Amino acid sequence: MKLTLRVWRQKNADAEGAMSTYEVDGISPDMSFLEMLDTLNEELILKGEDPVAFDHDCREGICGACSLVINGDAHGPERTTTCQLHMRSFRDGDTIDIEPWRAAAFPVVKDLVVDRSAFDRIIQAGGYITAPTGAAPEAHATPVPKPDADFAFEHAECIGCGACVAACPNGAAMLFTSAKVNHLNVLPQGAPERETRVLDMVAQMDAEGFGGCTLAGECATACPKGIPLMSITNMNKEWLRATRKAGKR
Amino acid sequence: MARTVWDSTVGKKTVMAVSGLVMLLYLIAHMIGNLKIFFGTEEFNHYAHWLRTVGEPFMHYEWTLWLIRVVLVVAVVAHATAAYQLSRRDLRARPSRYVHKKPRASYATRTMRWGGVILGLFIVWHLLDLTTGTVHSGGFESGKPYQNVVDTFSTWYGNAVYIVAMLALGLHIRHGFWSAAQTLGAGSRSRDRALKAVANVLALLLTAGFIAVPVGVMTGVVS
Repeated sequence: MKLTLRVWRQKNADAEGAMSTYEVDGISPDMSFLEMLDTLNEELILKGEDPVAFDHDCREGICGACSLVINGDAHGPERTTTCQLHMRSFRDGDTIDIEPWRAAAFPVVKDLVVDRSAFDRIIQAGGYITAPTGAAPEAHATPVPKPDADFAFEHAECIGCGACVAACPNGAAMLFTSAKVNHLNVLPQGAPERETRVLDMVAQMDAEGFGGCTLAGECATACPKGIPLMSITNMNKEWLRATRKAGKR
Repeated sequence: MARTVWDSTVGKKTVMAVSGLVMLLYLIAHMIGNLKIFFGTEEFNHYAHWLRTVGEPFMHYEWTLWLIRVVLVVAVVAHATAAYQLSRRDLRARPSRYVHKKPRASYATRTMRWGGVILGLFIVWHLLDLTTGTVHSGGFESGKPYQNVVDTFSTWYGNAVYIVAMLALGLHIRHGFWSAAQTLGAGSRSRDRALKAVANVLALLLTAGFIAVPVGVMTGVVS
């Protein structure tokens, strides 16, 4: 395959960025999108140019490191992570636009790499449990109803890649935050912090400069792990419940 | 608690949801009341007079009406202020656009902000036209709403402004009602289709019900 790539190049956080055009040849349809970028970078290095910086780690769709807005879609045209996107999703001769996640809370570090530490601070605000867990407990010690376990697991699938923020017209982090809140709030292990968790995580989310939710639904469409839009509804419910309880105290 | 709610994006959305539902309830009543115009001058003018005597003798003349007006003003101001502040925040949160643009979300969702501005301006015109009579075409006579309505919809711009605003209202309700349910935590996977259907039906009924009046005047059914 022969492709034309238009890639966002930006030297550092303070520099002005712009789209640069590159031609790549000899791309196999079986390559992953990241392998295609590796091919481009090898050529750039041989030519003595600066390779394109992009985030990646596990390359098997479970770590949440890879990002990229490809032709206007977070993680590209398939509902998966960029590392699991293959070149067979494109056609020979295509022009592909590659941009970083765009949000005020995710500043560009270099080229396609953005700083997602705002997510870490949201987790630090309440995305944990305080119960001492120690070694794996006896499975029957804390029974969890099957629907709750399924609900928790569905939300635990979130890998924190930030595609929801990148896709949101308001740069909101509601889907990420709701996935984390719902995952722990439904389980007995997460019950002691049920109220403080949602209040603190939402407050941190706001403090990081993420936008508000207008229920456009772009986040859930972009999510490679299929976190549903209803996740946000449920977090709203948890937030209102916690606010009412805090008001009574 | 009020501080927590107003300072949070989630809380501000709650304010928008509640104030929006208050206005929606009012609009349903308003639309039904408007339809009385199809039953003649007497019935319509009598209905308008009754609105001022609701609750008597417990309430004094026009007290109920003013109570409703105060609630509505509070709802409109809260809704608009929250919308303005949230929109400012949303725009700041996404300062740079993507080079590769794609059409996003439904038309109703994308037009919430400008649709809201249009509705706000419409309310001002509507009150100056048919409540105070300040910008009314032809002689405005308080206590004779039937003739006033006919006057307004006898001008091309009266019809145009009204119909455009009611179409904007339909779109606004279509996304707004469903969103309010999500914001208040009332949505769920099993209820989603029903909520979307209710939103569509409400949007359609209100738009059709309101537009029926200018269409009635234009076609001569109301004169």
